[in-house]
Amino acid sequence: MNLITPDTGLLFWMVVIFGLVFFLLWKFGFPVITDMVDKRNSTIEKSLKDAHEIEARMGQMVEEHARMLDEARKEQAQILRDATDTRNKILAEAKEQARAEADKILAEARTEIAAEKEAALRDVRKEVAVLSVSIAEKILQKELAKDQEQRDYIDRMVDETVREEAHS
Amino acid sequence: MILAWLISLLLFASPAPAEPVQEESVDVAGIIFEHIGDEYEWHLLTWGDKHVVLHLPVIVHSSTGWHVFSSKRLEHGESYEGLKIDPEKGKIVEVDSGKRPFDISITKNVLALMMSSALLLLVILLTARWYRKHDVLNESPTGIAALMEPLVMMVHDMARENIGEEDYRRYSPFLCMAFLFILFNNFLGIMPFFPGGANLTGNIAITLVLALCTFFTVNLTGTKHYYKEIFNPDVPVFLKPIMPVIEVFSAFMKPVSLTIRLFANMLAGHIMILCMVCIIFIMAKYGAVLTGSMTVVSVLFGMFLDALECLVAFIQAYVFTMLSSIYIGLARAHGE
Repeated sequence: MNLITPDTGLLFWMVVIFGLVFFLLWKFGFPVITDMVDKRNSTIEKSLKDAHEIEARMGQMVEEHARMLDEARKEQAQILRDATDTRNKILAEAKEQARAEADKILAEARTEIAAEKEAALRDVRKEVAVLSVSIAEKILQKELAKDQEQRDYIDRMVDETVREEAHS
Repeated sequence: MILAWLISLLLFASPAPAEPVQEESVDVAGIIFEHIGDEYEWHLLTWGDKHVVLHLPVIVHSSTGWHVFSSKRLEHGESYEGLKIDPEKGKIVEVDSGKRPFDISITKNVLALMMSSALLLLVILLTARWYRKHDVLNESPTGIAALMEPLVMMVHDMARENIGEEDYRRYSPFLCMAFLFILFNNFLGIMPFFPGGANLTGNIAITLVLALCTFFTVNLTGTKHYYKEIFNPDVPVFLKPIMPVIEVFSAFMKPVSLTIRLFANMLAGHIMILCMVCIIFIMAKYGAVLTGSMTVVSVLFGMFLDALECLVAFIQAYVFTMLSSIYIGLARAHGE
């Protein structure tokens, strides 16, 4: 049977041609294609992985952002509250100080007034004394002029006074 | 595509009637064997009485040394330089002794092999050139690269699956080559006109070489574990003497089965289609009605078979490659 006995000529050419084509394609054909496509596949795989990673990181960042906003808001509220407190404290202190100052001034004024009053009284007393002495003098002069006795009395008084001074 | 098959069928069928109508009976076996066999010339076309024939060079080494001449000199049983074509075998023999010389003529099959190989080479090198010239990371393949990439990558992935991540890259080019070679020749074989029409993958010499490539790849690159499994497998003692015999036999039967499977499938497909076409000419002498109706039937069946053959062409290429990769994968196995 011709069909199932391999023909030497065709066998020979098949080995030669198949070998040659295989060698050429092995060197310059298939590896170029498969390497490139493998490279592309690995790049796609890597890109996908990166995309997932970035997505996850984005989620984290959004969370972080929200957290930071929240914190900032809290801090702002805290600062506002602190400011109010401080203002109130300062106001209270100022009031207190003002009151104390006012009290002090009042007290000083009072003592001064008292001193003035004392001085004024002393002056008045002195004035009154001088006046009363001069009035008394005038009255005595008028009384003494009337009688001898009274002149004697004055002399005696003067003597006594002189004696007292001599003693002392 | 169906239209293309129909047209090709018509092209196949239309020039032929001149011959059978003149003769009384149609030599179906002769027609079929002419188409599936090998010849020293390529019968392209018969137009009326004219035969368009491509005479191919004869290269033989006979007892008188090398002879190179055109096969035109051996037409119609003539002899030249002490050589003639034996009418029964259809091969060149020496006129005196009737012995076969060493014959490496460029026959129809060899020419078809050269053309399909050139086509394969061209297509793959052009594809490789596309990948060299373009940045694959930014461009998707266009033109020939887009056509060939899925086929090449299919085999490449098959190799990875069956051989394993470790060293499938060493074997992937061979598997790609085998797959595309079979695929190209299968499809060219279905084409009924030049440059297709040669029955290459339905020729046992071709499938034998392919299967032997697989055989040598498997057995020359097998691991220690693979050979241990053959010669000293872990079986009960009473099986020890038998197992190596069975394993060695199976190792040799693998390429045989690969050879026969591809060869027989493609041959059977060719024969079926040719039979369908021949029905038309057998019926020619039974009157117009029968001929007409049978022509419709055989054209429909022919179309069906052509479509089936396209499927088979792909499946057989796939199966051959798949089995080769599995055999290689088994030979690359490492013990647990």
